[in-house]
Amino acid sequence: MDRAETDVSSAAPPVRRLGLRTRLRSGPGVRRRSARNATQSFTITFITVIIVAAFLSPLLRSFTMSIKNPDQNAQVDGPLLPYTAASYTYNGREFDVYQVPFPDGTTRELALIRKGRSSSEFVDPKDASQTLITWQGQWRSLTPAYAFDPQWHNYADVWEQINYPRLLFNTLAIALIGTLGTIVSCTLVAYGFARFRFPGRNLLFVLVIATIFLPSTVVIIPEYFVFSKIGWVGTWLPLLVPAFFANAYDVFLLRQYLLTIPREMDEAAAIDGAGPVRTLVSVLIPQAWPVIIAVSVFHLVYSWNDFFTPLIYLSTNPDLVTLPVGLASFSGARIAANPGLIQAGTLMTMVIPIVLFLIFQRFFTRGIVITGVEK
Amino acid sequence: MTVITLPRRRPRSRLARTEAKWGLIFIAPWIVGFLAFTLLPMTATFIFTFTNIALDQKVPLSFVGLSNYQTLVSDSDAWGSLGVTLRFAILALPINVLLPFGLALLLNSRHLKGSGLFRVLFFMPYVVPFVAGVLIWETMLNPADGWINEFLRVIGIAHPPDWLRDTTWVYPGLVFIGVWGIGGGTIVYLAGLKGIPTEYYDAARIDGAGYAGQLRHVTLPLLSPVIFYTLVLGVVEVLQYFLVPLVLNQGTGEPGGSTLFLNLYIYKNFFTYQNIAYGSTMAWFLFVITLAITLALFGTARRWVYYAGER
Repeated sequence: MDRAETDVSSAAPPVRRLGLRTRLRSGPGVRRRSARNATQSFTITFITVIIVAAFLSPLLRSFTMSIKNPDQNAQVDGPLLPYTAASYTYNGREFDVYQVPFPDGTTRELALIRKGRSSSEFVDPKDASQTLITWQGQWRSLTPAYAFDPQWHNYADVWEQINYPRLLFNTLAIALIGTLGTIVSCTLVAYGFARFRFPGRNLLFVLVIATIFLPSTVVIIPEYFVFSKIGWVGTWLPLLVPAFFANAYDVFLLRQYLLTIPREMDEAAAIDGAGPVRTLVSVLIPQAWPVIIAVSVFHLVYSWNDFFTPLIYLSTNPDLVTLPVGLASFSGARIAANPGLIQAGTLMTMVIPIVLFLIFQRFFTRGIVITGVEK
Repeated sequence: MTVITLPRRRPRSRLARTEAKWGLIFIAPWIVGFLAFTLLPMTATFIFTFTNIALDQKVPLSFVGLSNYQTLVSDSDAWGSLGVTLRFAILALPINVLLPFGLALLLNSRHLKGSGLFRVLFFMPYVVPFVAGVLIWETMLNPADGWINEFLRVIGIAHPPDWLRDTTWVYPGLVFIGVWGIGGGTIVYLAGLKGIPTEYYDAARIDGAGYAGQLRHVTLPLLSPVIFYTLVLGVVEVLQYFLVPLVLNQGTGEPGGSTLFLNLYIYKNFFTYQNIAYGSTMAWFLFVITLAITLALFGTARRWVYYAGER
């Protein structure tokens, strides 16, 4: 968008037409200034790299924890990546592996079989014949051999323990049905506000905006009360039904976009005999798809990440809960739990929203911009 | 359809009436939703405050006058939780408003190379599920081997705080946990910055303004509507804050009641003690506080928020 334009102008291509400017460009002062610009660019970009690295470092921390076992995670000042002291099974018993230096200058990783005061016996794990090697020296002075030992199975374990496939299905189903409801209802309402004059329209639209600023606490209590009386608690209905009745954010977003589409288009359709519904479907919606995508991604991510609504309405039935609720209850019972599993589950919960964002980030940011700047 | 001609009003044309009819048909989903999921529940909550209603009604349902309000006035836990909320708000609100602003200024700098990539990276954690974010930041804040304390030790702070188990440090700890949400505000500020015509900066530069002068006399006034929007939403959000402590320690209010936020106390009354009447009373209390602060902010807006289109 306009981003590209500013980039071009700041790169300042040489202007040949104006003699004055050409002369100024080649002067020594300009060279000094461009050198200063380069230093500034370097400094500011460098600082930003540091900040973004710090900002995203929790992801790295989470990932390294997710491939460690409880012992590896419990090590204070332990290595960043999962390492364990190497061991070797010999004649049915486990023996520690050490880095053993030899007089000829080589170092071999050998399993310590028999410990002695001045000489010990080792076996080479790589040696198929497994002949004992006698080594002169104090075994206590040897450094243990570490092996890179990532616990990839954590992901498979948590997949089973929180019943990931089931929760994934729940989360996806709720998000997709809710998105469908949001798009249909919000498009209709936005169309009504954008294209039709009716008494009290402005007042009603102010009311739409006002609900953005309304604390939800004051409505959740009776909602829960009513939903529990009509038997909807423990079903998906409290999460799905309200989505079909439009929400302020998305109505506002869609309306702002529809207002930018010239009215002449609908008038032409009306002259051709199209009714309001036909005009919406065949004239406006085909042109509004960027904002419809934005609203869809918004609602998908919102629904995917929502914690409180599924918590209060679905907790009674663990088979119906969504990923965030499942993850929270898994980590809540963490007395003896395995932090590696919690982090693996955490990363598995956020993969889909992040991928969605990376694919649709243009639509996503434009949507936020419209709601944030225009009111 | 019978045609009713209202007195004192120009009879509207048939066309206008058809248009109004269609308009109302299209916005009907919102009207129904607003009545069913906002207005009616709010009214119900308000009526509940004068009753002894409970989720499982053991005593007969009756009106109890102002007794819920009397309980509220003398409930030290409620006032304590309001204090917790306000204490956290004083710390978190300026950070939540100013940090995205600073980041947007940085990302908007013409000296920054690859700003498009940086924008994506700073925004990405915004879509991370809130529960996942809390669980990740909790490990970052671990006093023994969390990276924040590791870093503090490297720069020479020998005894960094036990963030989430200290009644004072828990508030900055919670601010850390919220930092991944910075992307939303940053994008809004960035769009606002891009909307400022460069001519204004040129004029300021000719008048001898340096970077600080341009920030003070061009950027801030022209961005004040965005700052205002962020501030108002931030107030509503911070007054309702309670989900992070709910996930962190199952809403126990640990350490020492320092995370028993007002909204958390309301939900405990409702879901744990099943006391709808008292929960509703406090919900309205929170609503009135939020409304009062929001309206006060709108009152001050006249003095410091500049709308270019006005007058």
